[in-house]
Amino acid sequence: MKILIKNGRVIDPKSGMDAVSDVYIVAGKIVAIGAQPDRFQANHIIDAKGLVVCPGLVDISVRLREPGLEYKATLESEMRAAVAGGVTSLACPPDTDPPLDEPGLVEMLKHRAKSLNQAHVYPIGALTQGLQGDRLTEMAELFDAGCVAFGQSDKQLLDSRVLMRAMQYASTFNFSVWLRPEDAGISNSGVAHDGEVATRLGLPAIPVCAETVAISNIVLIARETGARVHLSKVSSAEGVAMVRAAKQQGLPVTCDVAVNYIHLSEMDVSFFDSNCHLVPPLRGISDRDALRVGLKDGTIDVVCSDHSPVDEDAKLLPFGESEAGAIGLELLLSLILKWATEMKIPLVVALAKITSESAKILGVEAGHLSLGVAADLCIFDPDQYWKVEAASLKSQGKNTPFLGMELQGKVKYTLANGILVYED
Amino acid sequence: MYLPDAEKLLSDLTEKIRPDVTKDTVLVGIFTGGVWIAKRLHQTLGLALPLGALDVSFYRDDFSKIGLHHQVKPSNIPFEVEGRHIILIDDVLYTGRTIRAAINELFDYGRPASIRLAALVDRGGRELPVVANYVGTTIDLLKDKMLALEQNENGKLSLSLYEKIPLGS
Amino acid sequence: MSNNPQLNKGGELQHLLTTEGLPAPILLNILDTAESFVGVPERDIKKVPLLRGKSIFNLFFEPSTRTRTTFEIAAKRLSADVVNLNIASSSQSKGETLLDTVNNLSAMHADMFIVRHSQSGAAHLIARHVKPEIHVINAGDGRHAHPTQALLDMFTIRRYKRDFHNLCVAIVGDILHSRVARSQIHALTTLGVPEVRVISPKTLLPTKVDRLGVRVFHDMAKGLKDVDVLLMLRLQNERMLGARLPSAEEYFKYYGLTQEKLARAKHDAIVMHPGPMNRGIEIDSAVADGKQSVISQQVTFGIAVRMAAMTILAGN
Repeated sequence: MKILIKNGRVIDPKSGMDAVSDVYIVAGKIVAIGAQPDRFQANHIIDAKGLVVCPGLVDISVRLREPGLEYKATLESEMRAAVAGGVTSLACPPDTDPPLDEPGLVEMLKHRAKSLNQAHVYPIGALTQGLQGDRLTEMAELFDAGCVAFGQSDKQLLDSRVLMRAMQYASTFNFSVWLRPEDAGISNSGVAHDGEVATRLGLPAIPVCAETVAISNIVLIARETGARVHLSKVSSAEGVAMVRAAKQQGLPVTCDVAVNYIHLSEMDVSFFDSNCHLVPPLRGISDRDALRVGLKDGTIDVVCSDHSPVDEDAKLLPFGESEAGAIGLELLLSLILKWATEMKIPLVVALAKITSESAKILGVEAGHLSLGVAADLCIFDPDQYWKVEAASLKSQGKNTPFLGMELQGKVKYTLANGILVYED
Repeated sequence: MYLPDAEKLLSDLTEKIRPDVTKDTVLVGIFTGGVWIAKRLHQTLGLALPLGALDVSFYRDDFSKIGLHHQVKPSNIPFEVEGRHIILIDDVLYTGRTIRAAINELFDYGRPASIRLAALVDRGGRELPVVANYVGTTIDLLKDKMLALEQNENGKLSLSLYEKIPLGS
Repeated sequence: MSNNPQLNKGGELQHLLTTEGLPAPILLNILDTAESFVGVPERDIKKVPLLRGKSIFNLFFEPSTRTRTTFEIAAKRLSADVVNLNIASSSQSKGETLLDTVNNLSAMHADMFIVRHSQSGAAHLIARHVKPEIHVINAGDGRHAHPTQALLDMFTIRRYKRDFHNLCVAIVGDILHSRVARSQIHALTTLGVPEVRVISPKTLLPTKVDRLGVRVFHDMAKGLKDVDVLLMLRLQNERMLGARLPSAEEYFKYYGLTQEKLARAKHDAIVMHPGPMNRGIEIDSAVADGKQSVISQQVTFGIAVRMAAMTILAGN
């Protein structure tokens, strides 16, 4: 199979390329960009005039809900959502049922995902057995089975000694430890940012120090143990400042932000909108602004969708009882473009946050357009508006704060391993 | 259209009621115009017992259609209704529905010995079998007209005619 | 944010969910209408036929005999049919969701739901999902709002103090967990009270509470100076367990209302409490039963205010 993608604006964040060009694909791999290779006869031509051709997106936090939570979503539905959002590589957190704490489960998931032949799936293994926070998982075995890092997802480690041992052990093998910084004792049963909206609505609140206390612990233990740490879903201005300081000290710390947090704040909770019930909570406007800046200056390395499909019944509950989370696979690109436009950031820089940089965090070969790599491509119209509607979303979950809104930037084609897996 | 002088009607009405007044007679005015008239009658007739006032909003039959009238005033019946001879007073007698509501409300206070009805103007158009015992005058008016009693700052009463504003406008 | 879920397209009250965001004329209309209902129980027939044939469902997802009873009496004095459902003990445990329950009851031709729930926002959720002809009154949702309680407090204040525009009102106690306090604050500021104070230890105050338009005090002696109205709040015993307070004794010593502390307020200050009171914890019996206490009048006025709210909603 030979594919020619003609006249697109080809953007490769890794090399910095941003030019109108042609991309040639043979047998699932990129063979040339620009000049036509000898004896190339396209079987299929995609006219990308006016469109952007970039690496398939790499989303480092996507809940596929398999195994065990198929009433919320299935691998099939979420893989369709991924490619509809231009995502060709994704990492899934271990909070399935049962959690990804055994090599067999990981192998099964990898196998199932591979058979669908769409996006590449990179599981994050559980750091502790059952995510219970007391016994370590067989990390080396899990790594061999395909895990790219180890974490606790949203389940907090209550015991700092276990946290320290886990980081020590992971650093033995130079595995990356992913932690969402939150002190469970401080956050307690909170459901909203400790700010004026929670005060007004009478919602149990989570103060910013729940995050900063945890970052402080993690950073200090990372320094002690030498472990590589990735902080997931930083949510506050102070949190960003602490990560910046840790990086300045040369500690091996990276971090991400989920895409909703660079656009929304506690204000969007409005009258108890359960689609804005997220963990960590949407924080104040100044926090949101600090996240936007932190992402621009590189303190925050990457953006994830933190895609979390939730069944409708679980959202049709009073705010505090509703299940937290929002979908994001199909919104990630548009929301990054929105941030780039608002912050006046060149496309080639913005796209790095969801392609080359994310691949680097995962340590996988993806997110760039070098010759000879798998042809994972996202081809999108940067100008086209589309409406976020339940009926047109491929994900089984329809839970997003952006429901009913118009967004700019529409994926037209997605290729994975040189196969056209999505066409608008 | 010529409208009679309300003050003249009030003195006519007073004279019609006077022969039936005893020391036990009580007056109950219906808000708002009926209370103005009742106050004047109470004074002129020199009645001993205090005056009652009814706001029939809670007894109206159009609540489910148009909801509560704004500015409901508390009804005030400062005497025992039980066994009492009552003269109920309204400004303009029209469909009879207000009177039905007023009688119902009075009965929730007790069982009166009798109720008689006085109105300054009877404009016809009855929808219920209600007849006034005393009226100042009778005027025939079309349905689209609204006859209203008004009181100026000196307490002088007058009648005005308005076009009825259709419901929901 | 702009479209207030409590108002219909004509700007009239469709649901009563919170005192926040309601214009002063709507609040005053409820108070004025309530004035007309105060005398109803003194008649031979203690009811008016306003809501004859209407079905009012008391949906109590959190048990509260007191509040449920006041709504039940109010509804019955309006001649409505009242159905009481204590849902905490029935369908919720069978896995039926909140909205399933509401949909079932709507199918039984309910006209109004009175909702009490332990979660903030429950009444909003129900109001958003009922048919347009059904009205919802929030009888307390989590820590969020308890508008009829706040309105009966406003009614009581107006009865004793006549005008809101020259008052200093202090709310004392557990503001953080109190739906009553939140509703009182919004009602007081909307009705033009120039100074609303909250007096509480820091562990019982929500973040940025000053944004609601109140002055914050931690010292009773300072906070009660020149106050016209004291709104006491109930202190739940659980607060000791959550490490918010060391003991009921220490709380009473520093924040309990005694005659001695009350003397800091104006000589004609009135003392109110939403009940049920914890005597000897937030209020001394001598104050609760003293001549400045209007606590029992609040209960009486509560019926009239609830009648007014139901009537206005049913008519819109």
